[in-house]
Amino acid sequence: MNASTASADRGTGMIGRWRQRRRQRRAISPTERRKRTILTAEGLRLPITLASRGTRAAALMIDLGMIVATIIITTLLIVLFARSIGIDKFKDGTPGEDLLEFLLVIWIIAVFLARTAWFLWFELGSRGATPGKRLTGIRIAARPGSDGTAGRLTAEAVIARNLLRDIELFLPLVFIGGALGTGADTTMAAWAAVIWFCIFAGFPLFNHDSLRCGDVIAGTWVVEAPRRKLGQAMSVGSGAQGVSMLTGAQYRFSDEELAIYGEFELQVLERVLRDNRDDALAEVAQAICRKIGWSSGAGDERAFLQAYYTQLRARLETGMRFGRRKADKHTG
Amino acid sequence: MSSSAPARFGSTVTGWFSRRQGAAIAAAEDATLRSDRFRLEREADWRRLEAIVSRMESGRIGAIADDDLVALPVLYRMLVSSLAVARETTLDAATLAYLEGLAQRAWFVVYGPEVGFRGWAARFFGGGWSAAVRSIGFDIAIAFALMVAGTVVGWLLVAGNPDWYYALMPAQPGDVRVPGASHDALYKSLFGRTHETGLAVFAASLFSNNAQVSILCYALGFAFGIPAILLLIHNTALLGALLWLYHGQGLTLELVGWLSVHGTTELFAIMLAGASGIHIGRAMAFPGQRAVLDAAAQAGRRTATVMTGVVLMLIVAGILEGFCRQLIDATGPRLMLGGGMLAWWLIYFFVFRRQGTVQR
Repeated sequence: MNASTASADRGTGMIGRWRQRRRQRRAISPTERRKRTILTAEGLRLPITLASRGTRAAALMIDLGMIVATIIITTLLIVLFARSIGIDKFKDGTPGEDLLEFLLVIWIIAVFLARTAWFLWFELGSRGATPGKRLTGIRIAARPGSDGTAGRLTAEAVIARNLLRDIELFLPLVFIGGALGTGADTTMAAWAAVIWFCIFAGFPLFNHDSLRCGDVIAGTWVVEAPRRKLGQAMSVGSGAQGVSMLTGAQYRFSDEELAIYGEFELQVLERVLRDNRDDALAEVAQAICRKIGWSSGAGDERAFLQAYYTQLRARLETGMRFGRRKADKHTG
Repeated sequence: MSSSAPARFGSTVTGWFSRRQGAAIAAAEDATLRSDRFRLEREADWRRLEAIVSRMESGRIGAIADDDLVALPVLYRMLVSSLAVARETTLDAATLAYLEGLAQRAWFVVYGPEVGFRGWAARFFGGGWSAAVRSIGFDIAIAFALMVAGTVVGWLLVAGNPDWYYALMPAQPGDVRVPGASHDALYKSLFGRTHETGLAVFAASLFSNNAQVSILCYALGFAFGIPAILLLIHNTALLGALLWLYHGQGLTLELVGWLSVHGTTELFAIMLAGASGIHIGRAMAFPGQRAVLDAAAQAGRRTATVMTGVVLMLIVAGILEGFCRQLIDATGPRLMLGGGMLAWWLIYFFVFRRQGTVQR
């Protein structure tokens, strides 16, 4: 008895979660708010999700870390090379001095390139993402014009968005550096830098598509780049035919038993089946049994749910072909 | 049935391209649901497209068989039609999500940047750059007018009150270029420095510094171009002040020669950067029929080409300033080199009109 009430509680918990998810879908969730649709040249409406601001910040941090690491490694390599050929022993006017000068030039150029070319080089590639963006699963894309048609991501757009990065990120550093160099008031410079930085860092917070200034000028935005695997087809095998694994009998559900649930519940059921966790399977099986008035057995939940899923989906998809859709259990 | 046309098309193409068709059909027979049969019949093509896209994403285009490259657009269009059908007929959320994700990836690959770096460089130097410069001709005219005005203002300010000189040009210890300097001192600052060392370092740091200023000029364009205008005027006011100083000692031509070696290139580059900033500012302030964001994006992309060129010009200017100016020690050759550079840029930008692709 106790066990059954406990599972009943969990059962309502399951349904409670369904309800909660539905409520979340109704009241627009932050994820939902980042959803956009673009229209491709083929007339296909492609749903995309804008990258969240947190993800982008993380990607930027990773990239900056890598840039600093690159600069440090280059510096160390140059210093090591200079040491190994004993460059400090040369005097003025000897060939050694020219070499030292040459190394310095390489260093200046390397720092300039690391700062400017890092983002350019990687975002011009076919993945449209710097290493930081790849790790966080986002990429840049051309923002569709006001008519919704998405265009190509051009080299010019990538260049434009990254030139702007200079004033957003590196200019505050220049403020402080300049003040230190000339011995001017560093606290003033630091405050100016902080305010400047906050204006630009805050820019993405105050527009609908979380664009930074570079995105505005270049006509780009940053989107999630999902890499999903194709899951198993659900209606293949004996389970889908409704054959019980225990008894070999067939599960058959009547129209009334299938009419209770809609597409939303079907997709929750799909997730449960794909995750294939025993406790979740048992909970959902019990919830369905209670709802359709079957007495739930134990041990054959997967076969039962697969049968129910397949038949429910067959029913809903047939309805779909005739233009009748049932969003969830509350709609007729 | 709306699915029949794509299905027939799909099976024909699969017949051409895929050997796994038989197995797919056999698996499809096994499926209970019609929508799963639809999926199983096309799955091999989807997976093939996914494999091609993955290889292209990792940049290994060479590793893709010619057959696959030919098939890519067909496979992509099949995927698009599969997705359109699936949205109307299947309730399999995982498959739909997979198809949408794959369609997005394939779309990025098929409609990605169409040229590699080499193709882009060829287009850039072979007309794209000069076409972009010409396309902002009006803004260049504005920038030029501002620079002339800045020079005149600088001259007049200092001529009216020499104290202005110190305001424009922050005093640096040991700098002989101050009001009241003698003819000899000024002359020495222009000539006789051929044996200085550290020229390469000087050139590299000059480039790095100038590139930063010009990028700033461009990037601040989105504040309606006003910072770009101020930067242009400030920089040329310095020039005016210097001209006044050397003019006072009868060294105008010598100074012009000294400046022109790198100055024709550098000032040209700064003018283009300022013009780009003004162009963006103008597009945002007066977008016309377009939405402000669209106008800004169009202007930004057009001027990005110009700015890439500006950075290259500044590299040239850095080399000229670091080496040639010090190594050539007479006004005549200096003027010839500077004038030659100016003529080269003018011809390249405004006379060289190959049918380059003008950016939207």
